[in-house]
Parts: sequence; C-alpha cells; structure tokens
Amino acid sequence: MIPTLGRFLILASVLVATTGAFIAYAAGSKRSPEGLRWSQRFAYLFAALMLAATGVMEYALITHDFSVEYVSHVGSTQVPLWVTIVSLWSSLEGSILFWGFILGIYIAATTWVNRNDHQEYMPYAIGTWLSVGAFFSFLIAGPANPFLTVANPPLDGPGPNPLLQNHLLMIIHPPMLYLGYVGMTIPFGFAIAALLRGRLGQSFLRPLRASLLLPWVFLTIAIMLGGWWAYEVLGWGGYWAWDPVENASLLPWLTATAALHSAIVMERRGVLKGWTVTLVQASFLLTILGTFMTRSGVFNSVHSFTQSSIGPTILIFLAAVLLFSVVLLSFRIDSLEAEGQLDSAVSREGMFLVNNLFFVVLTFTVLVGTCFPLIVEAIKGKQMSVGRPYFDAMVVPVGTALLFLIGVGPALPWGKASRKEILRALLPPLITGAIVMATGLALGVRNVWTVLTLLFGGYAAHVTMAHMWLPFRQRVKRGDAIGPALVDAQLRRGRRRFGGYIVHAGAVIVFVAIAVSSTMRTQEEVTLTRGQSTTFAGYTVTYLGSEERAEPHRQSTIARFNLSKNGTAVTTMEPRMNQYAAMREPIGTPAVYSTITRDYYISIMNLQGDQAGVLIINMPMVGWIWGSVIMMGIGGLVALIPSRRRTYVVSPVPAEAAGDEVPA
Amino acid sequence: MTEPINGEMPTASAAMRRKSRWFMAGALVVAAAAFLVITLGGISKNLVYYWTPTDLHAAGDKAYGATIRLGGMVAPHSVQGRNGASGLEFDVKDATGIVHVKSSGVPPQMFRENIGVVVEGTMTRAGYFQCNRLMVSHNNEYRAPKAGHAIDKKELQKLMRSTEGLKD
Repeated sequence: MIPTLGRFLILASVLVATTGAFIAYAAGSKRSPEGLRWSQRFAYLFAALMLAATGVMEYALITHDFSVEYVSHVGSTQVPLWVTIVSLWSSLEGSILFWGFILGIYIAATTWVNRNDHQEYMPYAIGTWLSVGAFFSFLIAGPANPFLTVANPPLDGPGPNPLLQNHLLMIIHPPMLYLGYVGMTIPFGFAIAALLRGRLGQSFLRPLRASLLLPWVFLTIAIMLGGWWAYEVLGWGGYWAWDPVENASLLPWLTATAALHSAIVMERRGVLKGWTVTLVQASFLLTILGTFMTRSGVFNSVHSFTQSSIGPTILIFLAAVLLFSVVLLSFRIDSLEAEGQLDSAVSREGMFLVNNLFFVVLTFTVLVGTCFPLIVEAIKGKQMSVGRPYFDAMVVPVGTALLFLIGVGPALPWGKASRKEILRALLPPLITGAIVMATGLALGVRNVWTVLTLLFGGYAAHVTMAHMWLPFRQRVKRGDAIGPALVDAQLRRGRRRFGGYIVHAGAVIVFVAIAVSSTMRTQEEVTLTRGQSTTFAGYTVTYLGSEERAEPHRQSTIARFNLSKNGTAVTTMEPRMNQYAAMREPIGTPAVYSTITRDYYISIMNLQGDQAGVLIINMPMVGWIWGSVIMMGIGGLVALIPSRRRTYVVSPVPAEAAGDEVPA
Repeated sequence: MTEPINGEMPTASAAMRRKSRWFMAGALVVAAAAFLVITLGGISKNLVYYWTPTDLHAAGDKAYGATIRLGGMVAPHSVQGRNGASGLEFDVKDATGIVHVKSSGVPPQMFRENIGVVVEGTMTRAGYFQCNRLMVSHNNEYRAPKAGHAIDKKELQKLMRSTEGLKD
C-alpha cells in the first residue's frame, strides 16, 4: 500500500515536472502571461507531490513499515525516534528523496515570491527549475527508488549507519547542506533565464543575488557543522581533512562567494555580467559534481553512500548541464553587454576583480586535487590519492591573500582615487595589524603563515569595524540622536552593507582561528594504567577507570579521566567507546573540555583491562571557528532581509564612499 | 523600475576592444598553463600510493620516502610490543609479499593478528615500513562477524580510500 502510493506520487512528479518545464519554456519564448500562470501552477504542484512523497516515506519510517525497501535498510525498532526521523537522509535513496523535497520547497517559494515580478525572466527560470526537478524525480522513480516493495518484510531492520547515530549534530548538518546544495538550483535558473532572454537588467539583480545568498548562508553553516561534527565524533582531533567529499561541499561555496562579490561590481558599475552568470552556473554544476562524488561510491568516506548504481546517471546529467551551459554562454554572453567600464585597478572594483581571481584559483586548485586520483584511476587503473600537504601548500597562500583583501578592498574607494587618498585609507589599519601580530609573537606564534594571518587579520578587523559603523558615525556627527541613528544607519537603510561587514568580521576570525588552531596544536599518544597520570600542555590527566553502560541501540564503555591544573581539579572528562549492533568495530566518541582560549581533547584509541590508550590534543582557539562561522551566517541573513527598494543607476561617476557595500 | 538599455558602443572603440580581447585571451591561456604546471607539480610531489606488499616490492626505490597506504593482513605471530605507547611492530602480508612495519602510535581497539589493516607511512632504507597511521579494516554495513575473518581485498581497497580518522 505505502510503496504503491509512494511510487505513484513520484511518477506523477516526473510527469508534472516535465510537462511544467515544457509549458514554461514555451511561455517564455511566446511571452505568454497565461503560459506563465500555468507554469507557476505546475511548480506548486511539483512541490506538493514532493512534499507528499516525503511525508509518505516519513510515515513508513515512523510506523516501521518494513515492506518498504528503504525502511527495511535503514529502519530499526531499536533506535530512538529522532534517529528514525533523520533516517530519511541516512542512506542513498532517502537522501535523494529529501533532495527532491527541498527542491520542491525552493521552487514553490521562489515562484510565489516573484509571482508578480520579473515576468520576462520567470518562465525560463521556472522551466529550468522544473527540468532539474524532472531529473531528480526521475532518479527517485528509477535508479534510486526508495519505494520498492519487499516481498517478505523482515521483523526488524539494522538501523542507519552507527556513525550517524553517534551525535545530535547529525540532525542538522545534512539538512543544512542540502538547503545549501539544492538552493544553488534557484540562482542557476535565474542565470539561465537571463541568458535565454538575452539581457540582465538592474532590477533582476535583486532576485538573483537573494537566491544566491540564501543557499550560501546554509552552505556556510553546513560546512562548519560538518567540520564540527568530525571534530566531536571522529576522534582524530581535526575538523578538515581535504576529504574529497568535504572538498565537494567547499567547491560550490567558493564559486558562490565569488559570484556574490562580482554581483556587487555588476550592480554598481554595470560590468561583469557574463562573468557573474558563469560563476552562478559553475556553482550549480559543482553541486551536481559533489552529488556525483558522494552518491556514486567513487570515494569512500564517512560522508558517502556505498551504492553506485546512480553514478552514471548523475554523470550524464552533469555532462548535459555543462554542455547546455557552455553552449548557451558562448551564444549569449555578448548580449549581456557591459554598460559601464572600470577606471582604475587600485580601487574597490579592482580589488573585487582580484578577489574573484583568487576564488577561481582556489576552486581550480581544490578541483584538480580532488579529481586527479579519479582520472588516473580511470585511465591507468592505479589507485592513489592526493595528500593533504598539496592542499595546504596551495590553499594557505591564496587564503592568506584573501584575508589581506578583506582588509584592503573595503578601505579603497570606488573608481579613481588619488595616491594621497589611497595612502590615507590604507596606512592607519597597519597599526592594529602590527599590535595583533606582536601579541601573537609574544604568545609564541612562530609559523610564518600564522604570523602573516595575524597581521592581515588585525588589519582587516580594523577596516571592517571602521566601515561597519561608518554610516552610524556619520549620522551622529551630523547631530542625529544615537538611538535613531543606529537603527536608521545600520538596520533600516544600510542593512546589506551592515550584513556584509558582519560576514567579513566573522570571516576574519575564522581565518585567524584556523591558522592558530592548526599550527599551534599539540598532541600526545599515551597508554595509561588505572590511577596513572600524565601531564600535557599544562594539565594533568589521571585515568580513573572505565564502566560499561547498556543503551537500547548501543553498548557504551565510558572511560573516566580527571583533569587538573596545578593540583586543583578542573573537570572530569568521559570519552567513550560505543559498540553498535550493526558494526564490528566500536566507535570512539572523544571528550572535549573547551575554554575560551583552547580545547583540551581526549580520544580513546583502545581499552584493554586496566589500560587505556588515549590521544590527547591541545587545540587553541578552535571553538572560535564554530562561533564566527555562525556570525557569518547571521551577517548573510541580515543582508538578505529586503531593505527599501533601491536601484542603482549605473553612472560613470563613482558614488561616494559612504554608500559602499561589501558582498552579501 | 529603471532598466538601463544596452547602448551601442562607439564604432571607433570596436577594433580596440577586439584587440584587447585577443590580448585577454592570450593572457588567460598563459595564466592557465602556469596554473596547471604549478598544481600538477604540487600534486605529483604529494601523491599517496595505495599499494599491497607485492606492489611495494615491485616499486623498488620509488617506495623510499614516498607516502604509501599499504594494505594487507597482519601476519600471524608477528605482533611485538603490544603494550605501551611506543614500539608496536608487526608484518603486513598479502599472497606474495611481506613487509615489516614499525608503528609508534596507540593501535585501534580492533587491531590483532589476521586482520586486514591499512598503514600509512613510508618505506625506510633500513628495510622496514615506518607507519604514522594505522587503520583496521571494518565494514560499515551489517554482517555477522565471520570466524577467522578472511581478508577481503575489496574492503581493503575501500579502506585505503577512506580518510576516516586521518591524523596529521
């Protein structure tokens, strides 16, 4: 019953998405308002079908209906309810269904928000979204069908991958990632619409930018949550390993960030239209590439699923979209004619160009390093991977240069500026940079890149703070009362620029925290007998022994350690080993003692009678990463809230500095 | 809504624009070539090879100093220095080759004789494999543990690609 209903809903959604896409494209080329209304209806209907199909699957999961094949793979009556609910995205088929669900919501919401606007673009955009929707519902209907029937339903299932049950972060990380990934479909549809229509007017920048910024916020948070989860669960004391699947999430983020920046130049100066559209297309293509990497089984990692049957289908889709995008771009890029021009390299817009160059270099560096082993294996049949030192060596210098740009870019005025103006803008923040660097050196920082990061970080922090509050200070200077000036300058009028600078401030802290936590980290592997102590990084760790605890879905061995400093007890730490029924090897969950300056991290390697083999890590500043990435997300949201309608008229005369904006 | 209309560019600048476009294209090609040389150079210096003991012997001098993930089975009765944080030694073998491995870290819980392992490190001229990372083969999917647990080549290959538990 349930499988039949599910299959029916999915087949209907394939039909609806395909028909809707045809109607929408036809409405676009005929400029038919009636056709647009019909394509909107099909968009809503597609979303409703996806919602219903996902609802049916959740119902089957919660009621443990093991006649549904997917439920028989990931369901279990032994696991807590929250695990059952999140099982929807714990394995391949369900995760593709969840993808379709989010795509449906995005399509319906964007269609509704723009139901009366941008009539000339919307049919093409809806057509593109529904085409993508048709592909994913085809995947759900065919190669990754979760609604297959099991002839002899088992009484109980194995439950989802134990690693995913091990931490609550697993509830929010995948949905955030999907919201980021799937959301890139929306700006892609807008970009295709601009190309098909052959123009990209100023008023159309608003939905393009907003539709890019929202998934960017989700993706930013998702990447951080993934790192945080790895840090809290995997027990090796790091948050980023240049795992191909991690790279897959980073790649579209890099191009989307570049696009958010180039869109500002496009808005202000009327140039870089074709370039921005290219970046938006690249972001979408990279999400599809990422889907291929995680879903095809070509990489084995904690993030990927093992089945490989849908790999070729996604690869064909990727190739088709790539071909379509490139052909469309080459035919239509000239129609997105530049309206203005760039005057000077040493200017705000010049720095935006350098920023874009760096982001593209980063994207290619990571892309080449990630795909190289795949290509070698496909051609020569030899297995290998690209080691972490490659990524570190390539990404660290470019990343440091980007931090430098966060400082220099906003300090420079738009358009042409005199040498004196430029020096007056660039010199004062050096003092802050020098102070931060000196503090770091005094605290023992010796790594050259970390020292540079501190210098640039201090510089960028100074510039960011100065510009963040500039409109407010101008109004106070003018004689406005502080309260109204604050609300008016930062929240009512200048929300976009305020949000943008919040993102920059968060990014500066992330840069510094990553540099410090990765270069100042120390670790020790030691075997302790019960009662024995070891002193490491200022703390004395005493092994107190271990105890067993039985839970319905797992058996835990909890080791207890006493942490003391200078003879005073600080806390008790309880790293554990969890043994799940479905796995032969127990999974360690580390214990983390966080202070504002550093984390003290204990992970159990093995427990044998009275002995515990442990990994102890001292990580300074690591907690700052999580907090400041959340700050970046909040900044993005602040910038996203629509402010007073405002359209720049592109003029050859640069606007004054006070009206400037940073990306967001 | 103010939609600026695409204006015609003055014809005088059209030729110049074409010229600068060719210049841009040339610069782009040069930059792309330089970029490729740098990245591929960086990659070739930082490759991690996935080898079995037999592959390792076949590679000869190439094995010294290279980063290798060696996959095989822990040979019976070869494990020494089980207790204590440092000085674990064992042999990793496949059907036709055997390599002596020295590891300084604390081994994972499941580590024992006759189990599939992947060790990451490099071959030293002294004739042993210096391991900085030790992974035990296990399957994430449900399967009743088999007695003796014969080494599963496919599973080892999967493990070689895994980055779970990666340490610096």
